[in-house]
Amino acid sequence: MTEPGKAAPAAPGRAMPLADPRFRSIFFQTVLIVTVLAAGYVAVINADANLRAQRIATGLGFLDHPAGFGINQTLIAYSEADSYGRVFVVGLLNTLLVSVIGIVLATIVGFVVGIARLSSNWLIARAAGAYVEVMRNLPLLFQILFWYLAVLGTLPSPRQSLSIADSIFISNRGIIVPSFAFGDGAEIVLAALMLGIGATAALGMLSRHRRRATGRPLTLWWAAVLLLVGLPLAVLAATDFPIGIERPVLRGFNFVGGVRMLPEFAALLIALVTYTGAFIAEIVRAGILSVHRSQTEAAYALGLTRGLALRLIVVPQALRLIVPPLTSQYLNLTKNSSLAVAIGYPDLFAVFAGTTLNQTGQAIEIIAITMAIYLLLSLTTSALMNWYNARMRLAER
Amino acid sequence: MSEHGSSPVIRTTRNAVAVELSGVHKWFGEFHALDGVDLKVMRGERVVVCGPSGSGKSTMIRCINGLEMHQRGKVVVDGVELTDNLKRIDEVRREVGMVFQSLNLFPHLTVLENCTLAPIWVRHMPRREAEALAMQYLARVYIPEQAAKYPGQLSGGQQQRVAIARALCMNPKIMLFDEPTSALDPEMVKEVLDTMVELAMDGMTMIVVSHEMGFARQVANRVVFMDFGQIVESAEPEEFFSHPKHERTKLFLSQILH
Repeated sequence: MTEPGKAAPAAPGRAMPLADPRFRSIFFQTVLIVTVLAAGYVAVINADANLRAQRIATGLGFLDHPAGFGINQTLIAYSEADSYGRVFVVGLLNTLLVSVIGIVLATIVGFVVGIARLSSNWLIARAAGAYVEVMRNLPLLFQILFWYLAVLGTLPSPRQSLSIADSIFISNRGIIVPSFAFGDGAEIVLAALMLGIGATAALGMLSRHRRRATGRPLTLWWAAVLLLVGLPLAVLAATDFPIGIERPVLRGFNFVGGVRMLPEFAALLIALVTYTGAFIAEIVRAGILSVHRSQTEAAYALGLTRGLALRLIVVPQALRLIVPPLTSQYLNLTKNSSLAVAIGYPDLFAVFAGTTLNQTGQAIEIIAITMAIYLLLSLTTSALMNWYNARMRLAER
Repeated sequence: MSEHGSSPVIRTTRNAVAVELSGVHKWFGEFHALDGVDLKVMRGERVVVCGPSGSGKSTMIRCINGLEMHQRGKVVVDGVELTDNLKRIDEVRREVGMVFQSLNLFPHLTVLENCTLAPIWVRHMPRREAEALAMQYLARVYIPEQAAKYPGQLSGGQQQRVAIARALCMNPKIMLFDEPTSALDPEMVKEVLDTMVELAMDGMTMIVVSHEMGFARQVANRVVFMDFGQIVESAEPEEFFSHPKHERTKLFLSQILH
């Protein structure tokens, strides 16, 4: 589109109206607006007529109707009698669960592999390089199915499950670990744990302050261990063990008790982390390589060790280049989690835009809501990362 | 200062040798960068190293603080022999300051932070004390008012003077300069050289790779000429400039002193 204000004056004496830039821009913009409005009108009329013909009521009323189907992983209480609205929340929480854990783990994998690929050790560098090339060159869907069918699917049945110390069981029904059973007075122990965490954080701040003042940090690991482990254990004993450990027990064909990680969740998480981690590794490598070698040499010449030079000089400068493409990878991971539908992990897309849409036929509403949610998740992630990047950038000049 | 691994280190503080290179060889692939270099620099001595590009000057000076590792021969700095023992290399680097040709201040840190970084993290100096020390050295290179700025906001000459102050903040026993003025605009060369002259007057042990022959005449105890990875000639400045012995030295001098 042209800007009317900046248009050159029309050549005098020429009669062709389209040769006049001002007229031309108004003409084409009018044509565009009319076309868009007409297309929108046709779409609405068409949808309305189709919905009428199929006798589908529009609106969000369906969210209150009972869903009538079960979901195999729910972070909040859910039963078949609950509404579609609750299905939406369950799906959203499952998407958030796999995305947040995935982003954290993929970042760790990415940084470790990215730095390893720059190692002067031939074997480590080649291994990291091979990892990156294999992971980023195979389709994600293939990798999810691989982990689900070829790896986790071949585990033994619950009766023959691999067990560690008779409390952790690995089978084709998932990984089951002991859980906590809370009795009366459990709050006191939890409060003691919180107190321990708070006190450790305070000590950390004190240590940093001390380092600024005297050059040497406080040695605190024993105090931290005492506060984090000793204090809660002491309170636990004093209050006569209100928190117990519930071990999973094999009953019939399946386990009772404990916390279970579904094979669907495990397969999706592993695939998302290893796949996205490979891309992050390349971003990290590029970021570190972008910091000129003379910066490292200047740090070495001042007597800084390799670790300090990396931490204080290279990484802070590399981060400015790493963060924008890293944001894209976080967004990719969140959106790619919708491939869960292929193996039946009950994420937002599978239970809401999948099952709920099938049962209710409320395509327009459900697609719009799902779209809005993914958009909201992505924009929130972007906003957070942009804020962080702006803070990093300020340090430049 | 710190532990020395298994073999004991003999500190030769008495005979006051600052740096000693004996029979040092270094190859980059096929290229023979250092071909049997012998050099002895006494404490308080100022040595200027010159020679055509690719003659091994920079490589030699970088072998003194372990930025390059020599492959044969012996490098002893302040009584500590450089081996591939990382602890020992770090120990040497703490006592040897270096100023590079490329302006390589840390762009994400202020001038003051550039100067306090190593004293705080390597010497474990309290921040206040490190800042006071840094201000003292920034004043010495005449730019205390730039302390809060970022390197990108400074001119090349100012950046190079900050680099000198940054190195001095570690209280080094020896200072290495690797063509400190070659990357600067001509009008900024003098301010950096003046700072270096003042440093020399204070008795700092200095090894300077430079083609600034005026500087060499003014402050050097000795001028060393290198070519093809070897030290061709080494003499006092007066002798070196007026009666060079070797043909290669004469040729080189005729090229740079028109």
